[in-house]
Parts: sequence; C-alpha cells; structure tokens
Amino acid sequence: MAKETTKEILLSPVFTNNPIALQVLGICSALAVTSKMDKALTMALAVTVVTGFSNLSVSLVRKFIPSSIRIIVQMTIIASLVIIVDQFLKAYAFNISKELSVFVGLIITNCIVMGRAEAYAMKHEPGMSFLDGIGNGLGYSLILLIVAFFRELFGFGTLFGITILPLYDAVKDSGWYTTNGLMVLPPSAFFIIGIIIWVLRTFRPDQVETEG
Amino acid sequence: MKFIRNLLDRAAPLFEEGGKLERLYPLYEAGDTFLYTPGEITHGTTHVRDGLDLKRMMVFVVIALTPCILMAMWNTGYQANSAIHAEAGTAPENWQESLFTSLGMAHDPGSLLDNIVLGAIYFLPVYIVTMTVGGIIEVIFGIVRKHEVNEGFLVTGMLFPLTLPPTIPLWQVALGIAFGVLIGKEVFGGTGKNFLNPALTARAFLYFAYPNQITGNVWIAADGFSGATTLGALAENKDNLDVGLSQILQGVDGQGITWMQAFLGTITGSMGETSALACLLGAAFLILTGVGSWKIMAATVLGAVGTSGVFWLASLSGLETSALFALPPWWHLVIGGFAFGCVFMVTDPVSAAMTEKGKWFYGILVGVLTILIRGINPAFPEGIMLAILFGNVMAPLIDYFVIQGNINRRMARYAS
Repeated sequence: MAKETTKEILLSPVFTNNPIALQVLGICSALAVTSKMDKALTMALAVTVVTGFSNLSVSLVRKFIPSSIRIIVQMTIIASLVIIVDQFLKAYAFNISKELSVFVGLIITNCIVMGRAEAYAMKHEPGMSFLDGIGNGLGYSLILLIVAFFRELFGFGTLFGITILPLYDAVKDSGWYTTNGLMVLPPSAFFIIGIIIWVLRTFRPDQVETEG
Repeated sequence: MKFIRNLLDRAAPLFEEGGKLERLYPLYEAGDTFLYTPGEITHGTTHVRDGLDLKRMMVFVVIALTPCILMAMWNTGYQANSAIHAEAGTAPENWQESLFTSLGMAHDPGSLLDNIVLGAIYFLPVYIVTMTVGGIIEVIFGIVRKHEVNEGFLVTGMLFPLTLPPTIPLWQVALGIAFGVLIGKEVFGGTGKNFLNPALTARAFLYFAYPNQITGNVWIAADGFSGATTLGALAENKDNLDVGLSQILQGVDGQGITWMQAFLGTITGSMGETSALACLLGAAFLILTGVGSWKIMAATVLGAVGTSGVFWLASLSGLETSALFALPPWWHLVIGGFAFGCVFMVTDPVSAAMTEKGKWFYGILVGVLTILIRGINPAFPEGIMLAILFGNVMAPLIDYFVIQGNINRRMARYAS
C-alpha cells in the first residue's frame, strides 16, 4: 500500500470518505443535535476532539493491548475523554451543555469514535492516527453543520440565533416567513442527510455501492 | 386533428436522436402520446393481449375521480356560502372574493351555480399550481434521466389538491407537491419505483411542516368562521360524551349533522374527501374497469369496520367512554378521509401490496391502523393518511412473506 500523505489522511474523510455520508456512521447524534447551529457546532467540536485524542491514545498503547480485550480498553479511553469534554462544557458553556443534555455523554457510543479506533488507530502510528481522528471528526462536523444550517434556517428562520428570515406576525403585520415545522422535528435530518448523500453520489459515482 | 398529427410528425426529427432538441425528447414524447396512441408496438415474442397500458389506467383513475372533483367544487362553495349566509363568517378579503363578486355572483348556498363557481375559484388555483410545479419537476427529471414523462403524475396531481383544505396558501401547495414528487417518487427512480404514494407524501409533508394551515379552522373559505372537521370536533370533545354525539357533530349551520349528510358529503373537510357517495361512484368505476383492486378496498373496509366495531362494543358495555369509541362503525366509514383514501389512495398499484393474498393483509392493516389512530392516538384526529403511508412501507414485506410462503409450500409438495 502506498504511503498516504498527511493531507490525504486529514482531508479524505471530509469529502471522499465521509463518516456520515459514505460510512453512514454516527447518524443518531446527527438527528438529535442539529436543530440549532450552536448546538451542532459544540457537538461537532466535542466529537472532533474526542476522535482525535482517542485515536492518539489508542494508537500509543496499541502494541500493549491484548487483542481479546481491546474493545474494553478502547471504551475506557474513549469514556475518559468524553467525561473530560463533558466536564469542560459544563464549566465553560453551561447553557449549551444543558441543551445538549445526554448527547455529549452519548459520544461514547458514537460509532465513528469506536470505528476509527478499531479500524485505524490499532494499526497505525500515533501521529497519523491523530490526524485520521481529526479528519473524521471534521467530516462529521461538516455534515452536522450543513444539516443544522438548513434545519435552523427553515425551522426557526435564524442562524446562531440571529434572525435571517423575519417571521410573519399577523398581529404586528411584519415579516413574511412561516416556519417549517417539519424542520424542527428530528426526522428532517434524515431527509437532509439523504439529499446530501444523493448530491454527493451524483458528483462522485464511485461512491455508489454495487447492487446485489 | 390531422393537422396536429402532421405538425407533430414534422417536429419529430428535431427531438429524435441526433436532432437539435434531442435533450427535450421527453417533453415531445409526452405531448405526442398524450394526444395520440403511441406508434411503437411490442417487438419480440410477447403475448400480452390486454390493451390496458399505464396511460389508459391512469386516465381511468382520473375519470373515476370526476364525481369527487365536482363534489369538491360544489361543497367548497356550499360550505363557504352557508357560513357567510348564516352570518357565522364574513366573506374574506382576497383575490378569490374579488373575482367572485366581479363575476356577479352572490353568496347564496341554495344556488348550484354560486356554489360551484366559488368552489372552482378555490379549487382550480390549487390544481393549476400542483400541475405546474409537479409537471416542471417531472419534465426536468425526464430530461436529465432520459425517461419519458409519465401519466402517473396526472393522477398524483389530481389526488393531491383533493386532499387539501380550500384555504391552503398556494406557495404551500407548490412546496408540498415538489416534496412529494421529489422525495416520494423521483428519488427512488420515478413512476413504478416509488414505494410511497407521492400525493400522500406531499400531504404528510404539509401536515407536519405547516400544521396551522392544514388543521384547525381552515376548512371553510370564510373569515371569522370557526369550525373543525367532524373528526376534529370528535377528538376535541372526546371526553365530554354526556353532551351527546349529535351535539359534538355540528354542521356549518350550527345544526347537528346526520349520517346522510356525511354520506353525501355536505360537511366540512378537505376539498375532495367529504363525500362518501362520490368515492363510492369512483370505486364502482375502478372495480368495473379492473383498475382498482376490490380486494384492497374490501380488506380496508373490513379492517376499519372490525376495529371500530370492537371499540363501539367496548363503549356500549361501558369499558371505555370516549366520543371516538362511541362512534358507530357506519359513521367511521363516511366521515373524514376514510372513503377517499380507501378508494383512491390505498389501491395505488405501485405502492400497494402486489400479491393477491398480500392485498388482504395490506388492506386490513391500513383499515385497522386508521381506526386505531382515530380512536387512541391523542395527536392526530384523522388516521387514514398515516395509516396508508405505513401500509405502503410494509407492503414489500407483506409480499415477501406471501411469496416465501408459496415457495415453501411448493417445496414441501415436491420434496417427497
């Protein structure tokens, strides 16, 4: 196998091998935290930090982990990191942390973190593993932010809480936009992710799975 | 007529392979085959001798819908005129009203013409917007994917407006049908590959996206009039049964509605769904021509009557006293969108179960679910839309089990 360049490792998960759009991992949190941009951004940062450092730590100790208990060891590392992130958010961004509620804790079960630790960090150098983790975190972040962009814009008429589309108000007779209630509901993230995958595969037909 | 044929023939080389407008071939094809029988014949050793093609099938459905369409226009006008006449509401100030008065019409619920014209002024714009927006999307996909524009859309475009309230804003109609055609159909590959009914997908989208414009006091095109649909009123008052069903079931004139009114369709509701009689006429036509499956219709009615029968008996014996439980089965069949959904939506041949035995299971599933949602779910007064969409999703699974069952039976037969 040809040695991958640093750039490839960092950027390929963002577009060509996106964890959500191609590997279809980590969908659950993409539904839950994308109703507002600020929530999605916080979540995206948290996941990127966790994947990066979990890959780094797992890779550092990869030669000492007995194969039969490797999943447990990985889980312990990931769980510790998630707790750090959770405590950090509670200390410095309490409101957002409260809105995200259990979903920060649930990063532990995010398939992307486990998947990259198992598939990449167990076989590669720490430096490369770290970049791979960050790259996958960025790929996840990209999709999360796109989904949140559409959901917040059409569901609330705002972005980061700032009014973009003024809401129609019959009493004051101002504004013109009627919020789309479907976008507030989690299933809308499914539609948006589906459309992103559709668009992505239209431009990159090599991502389409073969039938059968 | 010869003149049009000649014109089309002369234009043909332009659109065929190598022609200047080759990319627009689906448009040309749609126009040509809409006006004339297609010139191509089957090649090879096919032995299908039925003259019924997709085109005729879809046109038959549109014909079957005619009573509903006429009823939709008349009843929309009738409800609005009655409300205004009874001074329960005032004529709204919008372009529809200006057009209506400029035609020299008056709000007289007794006049057939007044009712039809007012109804048409509300119904036709919704229909035109549906056909334009949906048609444009169909044509774009036809051109990009190089498939022909299908008559299936004529049916979708006819069904969708009939499921909407008359006061729906036109931009929502456009958005809804765009969603329905795109996500309900084209994403999966176009007509014949859609596992959801596109018209219902469009309506479900509007239902969840803009609940204010599709539920509540939106059913009558008169300002200041407050009135829910029959089912809406039942769901609201389901716990004060003491006032009696006849009190809950209020008509537009403040009088209690009778079963006959609900059957004929002079009640509030989505434009095309109110009249069970019109749906029945449509059903007769569909069954006679073999376009709609009588098995699915029968199974749906069976499922609904069975479930509502159980509910009714439970309420008679005092187990559960909710207005929706106390509603007898024969009422369930005529109020809300049950008749319309049962005749035109459940039987959609693409999204329904294909196997003969599967059709029974599928229909019963939809019927049972409809009544369950009506009776038990607190959030939705009407259940037929969601029940059919759920049935659509389950249909392939039902077919799979029916086919597997058949294979296993034959294996067992030949095994010995």
